Amino acid sequence: MDEIFGIPTQALLGQLLLGLVNGSFYAMLSLGLAVIFGLLNIVNFAHGALYMVGAYVAWMALEYFGLDYWWALVLAPLVVGAFGILIERLLLRWLYQLDHLYGLLLTFGVALILEGTYRYFFGVSGQPYPVPDALMGATDLGFMVLPNYRAWVVAASLAVCLVTWYVIERTRLGAYLRAATENPRLVQAFGVNVPLLVTLTYGFGVALAAFAGVLAAPIIQVTPLMGSNLIIIVFAVVVIGGMGSILGSIFTGLGLGVIEGLTKVFYPEASSTVVFVIMAIVLLLRPAGLFGREK
Amino acid sequence: MPEAMLAMRELHAWYGESHVLHGMSFEVGHGELVTLLGRNGSGRSTTLKSVLGLVDRRRGTLRLEGRDVLGLAPHRIARLGVGYCPEERGIFASLSTEENLRLPPRVGEGGMSVEEIYAMFPNLHERRNSPGTRLSGGEQQMLAMARILRTGARLLLLDEITEGLAPVIVKALGKAIEQLKSRGYTIVMADQNFRFAAPLADRHYVVERGQVAEVVRKDELSARMGMLHEYLGV
Repeated sequence: MDEIFGIPTQALLGQLLLGLVNGSFYAMLSLGLAVIFGLLNIVNFAHGALYMVGAYVAWMALEYFGLDYWWALVLAPLVVGAFGILIERLLLRWLYQLDHLYGLLLTFGVALILEGTYRYFFGVSGQPYPVPDALMGATDLGFMVLPNYRAWVVAASLAVCLVTWYVIERTRLGAYLRAATENPRLVQAFGVNVPLLVTLTYGFGVALAAFAGVLAAPIIQVTPLMGSNLIIIVFAVVVIGGMGSILGSIFTGLGLGVIEGLTKVFYPEASSTVVFVIMAIVLLLRPAGLFGREK
Repeated sequence: MPEAMLAMRELHAWYGESHVLHGMSFEVGHGELVTLLGRNGSGRSTTLKSVLGLVDRRRGTLRLEGRDVLGLAPHRIARLGVGYCPEERGIFASLSTEENLRLPPRVGEGGMSVEEIYAMFPNLHERRNSPGTRLSGGEQQMLAMARILRTGARLLLLDEITEGLAPVIVKALGKAIEQLKSRGYTIVMADQNFRFAAPLADRHYVVERGQVAEVVRKDELSARMGMLHEYLGV
């Protein structure tokens, strides 16, 4: 069994894995976007840039301080999360009463500033980041050769997504978050410090982006534009899945990654547009997205 | 004389540009039950919302047990022991009935346990795993009341809790309120249903155009019925 539909099995499974890896990034990023949009009503255009900053924190930690990948995995979300909290406290909090458009424009501006700053200091060429020693090499599964690092990326992002889902859907903190997404004023009138919840949610959402950035660093070159390349697809994923659904974001992210990967095998010419074609169809048939609720 | 549980003096409140309360004043002592009566749009709901800072802007005096709370954020005021049951009920669709019930954090000692609440409202126990908004109107109202009884709040602000409910449910709510009063809760009710409110209250404030037009004590009720009829059109 070397071929399926005339495609070599190894190539098919390879693309499937690549699709899952990309899907993991889509899932993590769209999850953060969905949580932020749900509570803050902000379409966070800075998400891609903060993902890029996460990757750079990893690169700089290694380059300047000799802190390895595992350190970066903890450090980058903390640094970027703290930076996000600063953005929320200083800038976003003034926009909650206004139309979505203002939040979108402001975060787009933040993204441009971040990318411009990194371009100024590091140029547009990529910085390589090594795969950590423990995850070097590949495992031969018999039917395919599985690169260890890619397997780790899929596993780690799935774990992070599921923990996030659990916290939001099954814990008391998550109940506050869901309730405040529906009616923040009432939740505050019950004695919950909603402004603090909002700040922490933004910090958490962008920390997820930074975590994804660190995971991505060894796979792709760390460049100032790595976020803006990705974020457009992620927004399409969010539109397809529907804003404000946690499991929806995760499934849609992974699913679209896989569809993209398979398209590369069967009809490579369409692989970069297939997500947007699906987006257009979903928008026509279900404007609120596959898992979204009409407002 | 001990400090009133809640005292509002000359309070003005705005939503955006619209000036809704024009010098509202009332007070409620510990363990008392007072009502705010009045027509639609007279400012009863806004009065309750103003206590928690749920309006855009306020001016005047607002004291909780002698403490000035006008400058506090809503969650800080709630933490002083205030429970709020909003007119629109405010049941959360993405939370189950039990999650709705357990949502408000504790704000004081001696709240009812979830078991006690289920004993008081058996329907809620039966439907504890349903999404909150799948409950009937009456059940949602009970849930909205029940969830603030858990928190240990001693001052309850109840906004139009009988609106749109069947008479038997209104009767059940009346019983529940009587029980709460005998347990020493302090209650402010805004209600259009005068027949529901009259036998329960120590004092009635008739609200008209964002201020108090008349105060009627329980013992004056029968003597001043005519005046009330005129104000409320009941």
